Amino acid sequence: MFKKLHDDGAERVTVTIDGREARVPAGETVAAAALIHGLQPFRTSAVSGAPRAPYCMMGVCFDCLVEIDGTPNRQACQVRVAEGMAIRRQDGAGETAP
Amino acid sequence: MTARHELAVIGAGPAGLAAAATAAELGLKVALFDDQPAPGGQIYRGVERTPLADPAVLGDDYRRGADLAEAFRASGAAYHPSCGVWLLTPERELGLLDNGQARFVTAGRVIIAGGAMERPVPFPGWTLPGVMTAGAGQILLKSAGMVPGKGVVLAGTGPLLLLLAAQYLRAGVQIAALLDMTPPSNALRALPHLPAALSAFGTLAKGLALKREIHRAGVRVVKGVTSLRALGEARLEAVAYEAGGREQRLDSELLLVHFGVIPESNTTRSLGIRHLWDSRQLCWRPVADAWGNTGAEGFAVAGDGAGIGGALAAEYAGRLAALEAARALGRIDAAERDRSAAPVRAALAKERRVRPFLDVLFQPAPELISQLADDTVVCRCEEVTAGQIREAVGQGCTGPNQLKSFTRCGMGPCQGRQCGTTVSQLIGHTLGRPVEEIGAYRIRPPLKPIGLTQLAALDGEGEAAA
Amino acid sequence: MNLDAVVVGGGLHGCSAALQLALRKLRCLVIEKDTVGRHASGVNAGGVRRLDRDPAEIPLSVAAMEMWWAIAELVGDDCGFRLSGQIKIAQNETELAVLEERARLVRSLGYEHEEPVGANELFRLVPALSRHCVGGLVAREDGFAQPYQTTKAFRDKAASLGVRFLEGTRVLGVERKAGDWIAETDRGRFAAPVLVNCAGGWGDAIAAATGDPVPFEVVAPMMMVSARLPPFLTPVVGAAGRKLSFKQMDNGTVVIGGGHFGGADAEAGTTSLDFRALAESARTVAELFPIMRGASIVRCWAGLEGFVADGLPVIGPGTGEPGIYHAFGFSTHGFQLGPAVGRIVADLVTRGESDLPIEPFRIDRFAKPPSAVPHPSAGSG
Repeated sequence: MFKKLHDDGAERVTVTIDGREARVPAGETVAAAALIHGLQPFRTSAVSGAPRAPYCMMGVCFDCLVEIDGTPNRQACQVRVAEGMAIRRQDGAGETAP
Repeated sequence: MTARHELAVIGAGPAGLAAAATAAELGLKVALFDDQPAPGGQIYRGVERTPLADPAVLGDDYRRGADLAEAFRASGAAYHPSCGVWLLTPERELGLLDNGQARFVTAGRVIIAGGAMERPVPFPGWTLPGVMTAGAGQILLKSAGMVPGKGVVLAGTGPLLLLLAAQYLRAGVQIAALLDMTPPSNALRALPHLPAALSAFGTLAKGLALKREIHRAGVRVVKGVTSLRALGEARLEAVAYEAGGREQRLDSELLLVHFGVIPESNTTRSLGIRHLWDSRQLCWRPVADAWGNTGAEGFAVAGDGAGIGGALAAEYAGRLAALEAARALGRIDAAERDRSAAPVRAALAKERRVRPFLDVLFQPAPELISQLADDTVVCRCEEVTAGQIREAVGQGCTGPNQLKSFTRCGMGPCQGRQCGTTVSQLIGHTLGRPVEEIGAYRIRPPLKPIGLTQLAALDGEGEAAA
Repeated sequence: MNLDAVVVGGGLHGCSAALQLALRKLRCLVIEKDTVGRHASGVNAGGVRRLDRDPAEIPLSVAAMEMWWAIAELVGDDCGFRLSGQIKIAQNETELAVLEERARLVRSLGYEHEEPVGANELFRLVPALSRHCVGGLVAREDGFAQPYQTTKAFRDKAASLGVRFLEGTRVLGVERKAGDWIAETDRGRFAAPVLVNCAGGWGDAIAAATGDPVPFEVVAPMMMVSARLPPFLTPVVGAAGRKLSFKQMDNGTVVIGGGHFGGADAEAGTTSLDFRALAESARTVAELFPIMRGASIVRCWAGLEGFVADGLPVIGPGTGEPGIYHAFGFSTHGFQLGPAVGRIVADLVTRGESDLPIEPFRIDRFAKPPSAVPHPSAGSG
């Protein structure tokens, strides 16, 4: 869906996106990283199970919700990637932290 | 004890940056809180550290943001990035989520510079992955150097749509089509506002230049588009629409839509500030005086959050609100405030003269709301359709707040931001009553959802005063 | 327009009273200053609870429960009622002993609905509960309902029987003249031989104006609701020794209350939230329900509610002029009683008596020297 214009040479961190490792620019949003690395959809809706993905990218639509490091309902467009971060698709109301 | 600031500024877009810098230069102890990690807001997002090899892609206006950010950095205002505001009380207490940690601060005065959001307009399929806003596309460009892979379709109306198209073209992106949904009758309706707008000739010239740029690039521009639909099962597969009386279809995996911008009014409404329905901009905006003062004691609004005026107008309004704050807090007297304000006010007035023309020229078609198909989702969170809303109205529901009880519309995580404007208009249209009378959702805090453990960690005391 | 009764207050109790009066063929008008169910009736926690009631309230609560189990027969709507059970948990042996003592008391009064359970049964009923808890007190056939849906259902049923509702109309004063009670409102005067005061958090003003002042304050119990979670909880959970009312709705959201009060402004009809108190509430939940540590809070609110000094409602006739009946000040636990209170009021109006023991709720009970007056602490709505 999206591609990088070019490699900006930024420092990278390693995250996992649905279990797959990815090297992504430090400071980038989880949403941007997950879009580039093909997370599709980001979640299924809690009401009907419909597929959803980022819509507004500015924190007002709450459609980019994913599970980050075990916590569901995190706004992927508002959270920055960090070394070792585990990003997972969220199904329905989300798996909850143990 | 809870930290106390003389002036709290919320938001680091043009209004907030200008307000904080101006106020700090006048000697106020200023703290600026912003949920983003770097200054710029959405309009100047990533302005200090663009990921683009060639920033010229973004255009000349974007660079002004760099100057603003630099002036802000040099001003001495305390800057709290990644620090969202989830609560505002009439006593000017701010609930913050500071890098994930909840705390309170208080302020002698508050300038709310929360900016704008894109107008959410429901259409069939708008919840599908692959349907995003033009603003979202632009944010990905500015902050992550990301562009559509192939064959993006742009649809809707408004300057941002043209700007994004031009930026994409400069970055070498192939645009499959630009579906112009501006009602053809708008041009005629806007004409009376043209003479006033001509005084801001620069703005109009830029708009025309964008159109020429898009035209020269050979982008397929379709005028008079209606009945936009996003088709697909798991994701967007095609975009359907009507133009010239004919049904059309374009295969695409990315549709970016735009229907103008509206104030993000949850923050101001949470304070009980009176809001007017702006029938030209088709949105709620807080009632404020020429300095941005609202009915809530000590709270001012500045920038697009107070009514859409664009980045330059926001910057000027921020400066005016800062001057007034300096007066209210005893740093300058009214005469000095007025003296300093005069050139800013003149520049603001000039900037605003172009607005009525642009507002009418790019006004979304009323049918987008009034003719919403019954099975179209209006509330993305709770998946409430236009038909369910009409049905609730038929059962005696008279306003947005009752609608929550009837349908859960507006009660999901976005807290009504995506459906609120539509709901007020749709109920008004169904009942044949003005939107102003229908009203808007009451805003229940927190302004953004907060983690239970984040709330639990709130010790009730806050940090020691700086 | 000839009226047999004017009901002041369009909350659940007012709607229930009007419905029962209409069932007894009385012509009724309900005057509501805002909209039906706007305050405590529409926004409370929705607990349908006999569990852990003041002994004085148990007979009413038990009678109300019979009506809840067949609520659709009464109002033509299930009111979102769920037979989820209610449970009050103990975190240590001392608390458990208190609950067991309580169960003995209830049984000694002739009721069987409260049952002490040990850890095994507790965790079977509430698997998500933190394992440090030791037992609890269960009312298996209690439950919860949807407050607004319920109040609207009572209103709609009453309206279908001819009750008129005048919303957005404020009662400015009441007086008795020539055998009629006159309600003076900002939309004119309404007269009827019978006046029913179901004005909730504003009920004390009418009581005082008719010569029956009660020690009373207006409180604002706060609630929080989470984003949706996968289903993990059936019963409504309270806690001995903690302020807690905790339940998961069918849609997955979790509603958290328990009697943390915000700011109340009865005159303006507004509330304010105290997030420091809500933080305390969040700590309680995080400790008792580890599953909630990943949850987010989407919305918080408070409703206005009348609290009588002894924590019991006022139900019964006034002491002065005839024809006035009170049912207000339910002190944060009136929702479940709603169906029965309407019946009591209608019986008082039509027969002069109720078959339920309402002596403890007399409006003049404070005319005697008061015994120890407890500080307000709230139930689960």
